Amino acid sequence: MRHQITDETISQLENLAKLELSPEEREQAKKDMGEMLHYIDRLNELDTTGTEPMSHVFPINNVFREDIVEQENNREAILKNAPAQRDGSFQVPKTLE
Amino acid sequence: MTEWTALTLGKKIQAGEISAVEATKATLERIKNLEPTLNSFITVEEESALKQAEEVQKKITAGELTGPLAGVPAALKDNLCTEGIRTTCGSRILQNFIPTYTASAVRNLQRAGAILLGKTNMDEFAMGSSTETSYYGPTKNPRNTAYVPGGSSGGSCAAVAAEECFYALGSDTGGSVRQPSAFCGVTGLKPTYGTVSRYGLIAYGSSLEQIGPIARDVADCAAILEAIASHDKKDSTSVKRRDYDFTSALAEDIKGMKIGVLTDYFGSGLDPQVKTAVLKAAETLRDCGALVEEVKLNLTDYAIPAYYVIASAEASSNLARFDGVKYGYRAPEYEGLHSMYKRTRTEGFGTEVKRRIMLGSFVLSQGYYDAYYLKALRARALIKQEFDKAFEKYDIILGPTAPTTAPKLGESLRDPMKMYLGDIYTISANLAGLPAISLPCGKDSKGLPIGLQLMGNCFEEKKLLRAAYTFERANAASITEKGDRDDRRPVYGSAVPERSSL
Amino acid sequence: MKHKYESVIGLEVHVELATKTKIFCSCSTAFGGAPNTHTCPVCTGMPGALPVLNRQVVEYAIAVGLATNCAIARYCKFDRKNYFYPDNPQNYQISQLYLPICRDGYIEIETENGRKRIGIHEIHMEEDAGKLIHDVAEGCSLVDYNRSGVPLIEIVSQPDMRSAEEVIAYLDELRATIQYLGASDCKLQEGSMRVDVNLSVRKVGEKNYGTRTEMKNLNSFKAITRAIEAEAARQTELLEAGKPVIQETRRWDDDKGESYAMRSKEDTRDYRYFPEPDLVPIVISEEWIREIRARQPELRPQKLLRYKREYNIPDYDARLLTAAKGMADMFEETTALCGLPKKVSNWLMVETMRLQKERGMDQEEIPFSSENLAKLIRLTEDGTINSTVAKEVFEKIFEEDIEPEQYVEERGLRTVHDENTLRTCVERIIAENPKSVSDYRNGKEKAMGFLVGQTMKAMKGKANPELVKELLRELL
Repeated sequence: MRHQITDETISQLENLAKLELSPEEREQAKKDMGEMLHYIDRLNELDTTGTEPMSHVFPINNVFREDIVEQENNREAILKNAPAQRDGSFQVPKTLE
Repeated sequence: MTEWTALTLGKKIQAGEISAVEATKATLERIKNLEPTLNSFITVEEESALKQAEEVQKKITAGELTGPLAGVPAALKDNLCTEGIRTTCGSRILQNFIPTYTASAVRNLQRAGAILLGKTNMDEFAMGSSTETSYYGPTKNPRNTAYVPGGSSGGSCAAVAAEECFYALGSDTGGSVRQPSAFCGVTGLKPTYGTVSRYGLIAYGSSLEQIGPIARDVADCAAILEAIASHDKKDSTSVKRRDYDFTSALAEDIKGMKIGVLTDYFGSGLDPQVKTAVLKAAETLRDCGALVEEVKLNLTDYAIPAYYVIASAEASSNLARFDGVKYGYRAPEYEGLHSMYKRTRTEGFGTEVKRRIMLGSFVLSQGYYDAYYLKALRARALIKQEFDKAFEKYDIILGPTAPTTAPKLGESLRDPMKMYLGDIYTISANLAGLPAISLPCGKDSKGLPIGLQLMGNCFEEKKLLRAAYTFERANAASITEKGDRDDRRPVYGSAVPERSSL
Repeated sequence: MKHKYESVIGLEVHVELATKTKIFCSCSTAFGGAPNTHTCPVCTGMPGALPVLNRQVVEYAIAVGLATNCAIARYCKFDRKNYFYPDNPQNYQISQLYLPICRDGYIEIETENGRKRIGIHEIHMEEDAGKLIHDVAEGCSLVDYNRSGVPLIEIVSQPDMRSAEEVIAYLDELRATIQYLGASDCKLQEGSMRVDVNLSVRKVGEKNYGTRTEMKNLNSFKAITRAIEAEAARQTELLEAGKPVIQETRRWDDDKGESYAMRSKEDTRDYRYFPEPDLVPIVISEEWIREIRARQPELRPQKLLRYKREYNIPDYDARLLTAAKGMADMFEETTALCGLPKKVSNWLMVETMRLQKERGMDQEEIPFSSENLAKLIRLTEDGTINSTVAKEVFEKIFEEDIEPEQYVEERGLRTVHDENTLRTCVERIIAENPKSVSDYRNGKEKAMGFLVGQTMKAMKGKANPELVKELLRELL
């Protein structure tokens, strides 16, 4: 199965991932992704019937923290790297249209 | 002095033969001389390193710091958060990011008395195998500067090989400690998943990666692992192990140890010189008393596709937080919020990172999740089962670390598919959570180092270290017998005169 | 209208859990801090930070699941929901999609046609987002991550409700249940309970569901009722006009009494959920469930039965009193002090709820102590004060929680029982009102009421009205 990655798919992915590719980059992305997916398709040769998807390597369960406040409460540190800040908050372009 | 192993230096510091400050000055001097050529570091913290050295030396003198690594200068891959020290991940998007906290593994090192020299170069967000995708320019291989050091921990491995530090930390998501270790002729270990806390490691593929030591030899690796490994309450995937005394495994004794030579890794695509060296290493281990036989695993071909689906998917989500709101780069011009996001990320990320984010977003998107993402997780489960079966029979699985020695600068970037295929021997250990080590086992005709990879079963670092240590000793003995010069020294190690009179 | 339509309603209810710390870090969940003061690397999405799950969140979620008759998952996980928005510092929300903690429960409500079961599809755990403050003048928004990472459970109902009344009954019951468990205070105004309404309409008798819309920004039960009625009317009108209903999210504007569609061209709805690799699965044992069940307090259905049995109060009273846990607690405490459950019930149902309503307060907010209410009831029972004075004193108790015995003494509000004092007063009133006196004598009973009133007025409301009546009859 050859993958034809369409312009529409690329532009959908750009929206989802918040990226903006140039026309050349788009063409390259279509090609690269098509090749990569073609390669990935070899996984279909594998019979995985009855195999549970493994998202963690070890069966470790129930790692909890107790409900006790241990606050660093250092606003200055949290805001230190902010590209824009005001009144103790992170400043962003307006979110309401 | 700078060619000493970390443990040798540590011992001499404890004995009062040399001070932490002297060792730090010597290393900084070397960094100053070599950096214009190598570019192993993104950030060098000269002042802070000297200050640390003074403080650490005081504690050593007072008998408060007695560990084997106390006072030994080290370097950190630039994806490990360090409070007050810029941490870039090799990316423009974090060019001015100064973390407010320090990664747990690094704190463990600081507690052991390490002197932190600076932050090493890497492929952007650890995505790459050559350290050429760094926003801060490529690092050169100290063995031959026309070649790449490998990646993504290329800066750390080059720094260790060039004696710009005594050891370094790297991170390994798909081979990023082991492959550059092989290319630079140093020893690098990826521990069992969960052994070293990931808290403060800027994530790429969360379910795959571990922080690991990069050093001159196996004993150093064991000592560094002993220092950085811990059960960390801040990392839910951190494991409480029964053993943390890794240096106790350093003995030349592998009699009766069963080693499987993984034939899957000796097929087409493997450079014949690499093949010869690795098979010779297997013979050396047999000579040391191990039972060496061939073993075949069925699913090796599926490791790369499974890996790239899982790693890209996790990366697409892990890297969403770089958006120009809380830290890092924000595009200077935009119209509204979404344009700010898009411009920032487009200008802030390099090509390879964008490629993987796009792929990762695709395999998680509606209609493809089952076919790609879940399929890859199922393949991963099967691959893990294959290794479980193999480790019922064998203590160690042996193979090359990489199909070739280091490629020339610029070669890897031309063909991403080829670069991905270069990870073929290392990624299985990440998919299955296994510990694996790469150590030098020879050189090719160009004089470039060849890496031997040993893989152990989960939580069996000690067995792995014992086998590696035994091989290293036997190999060193045979080199000395043949009268070869010790090839741990980089080719232009003499570029900086020895300053034993320091 | 050519056809008769019915609404099909399902709810998504978000409830902030009453934990001390956030779901994945040790920051405080306290309200009202200056912006970004309850934050750390984890809840601000700093690079390299990792989440660690708060055990109490799981226990509250299980408790709510048990109380709403859900099956508790033996194995559950967290997933990442990926979308970009500045209130979400990681640009993914840690939530549960594939394996939620509770499934397939129900709540029973009372409707005009009797009891009805409202199905609960699932309950899952997730993290709250930060707060955005819009600065119109500067044309920017400011982000405060104090609420980022506050634990939420989302309770997703089945589309089993058919009217605003059923929705309110369901929410009442759900809120009471969660409050009883102490899992949340469930205040709509403050946002610790948030309700999204999924609504579609169809012709009565139709089996298939119509296209639904999701309504957001509903901050009171009144707003919910109005929004449901308006949306049902809007959709019905569209269908009657032969126009399609568009599946969309709409925002309710309570001031205007109408809703509008929330749309954004960048709004690509593909959340790319996948299992959260930084958190490990939760395995819930029978034993753990048993422990939580054993700790479960008495819930509303049991309380209702007990109230009718133990206090012998009418079903209507029991329902009203148990709707809010604070109210039920007040009822039990006061009754324990002064007995007379029906009297206590009356004070709570009539005067307390009236004043709460007048002041726009929640039923949970009871600003006085049970001791003072009990004392007031004793003062009325033993005739120390009459009912008019009692109401006046009660308002004082409600406002300032005054001690009623002292208050009555200090202000001389005791009822006058002394016959001589009253007789003198009644004689004066008779002398001053010859017209009413003659009316009464001519058989106009009404005139008696007037004379009693005049006497009470002259006594500043403090006379014993029975005694006044008796004296009037005697002297006339």
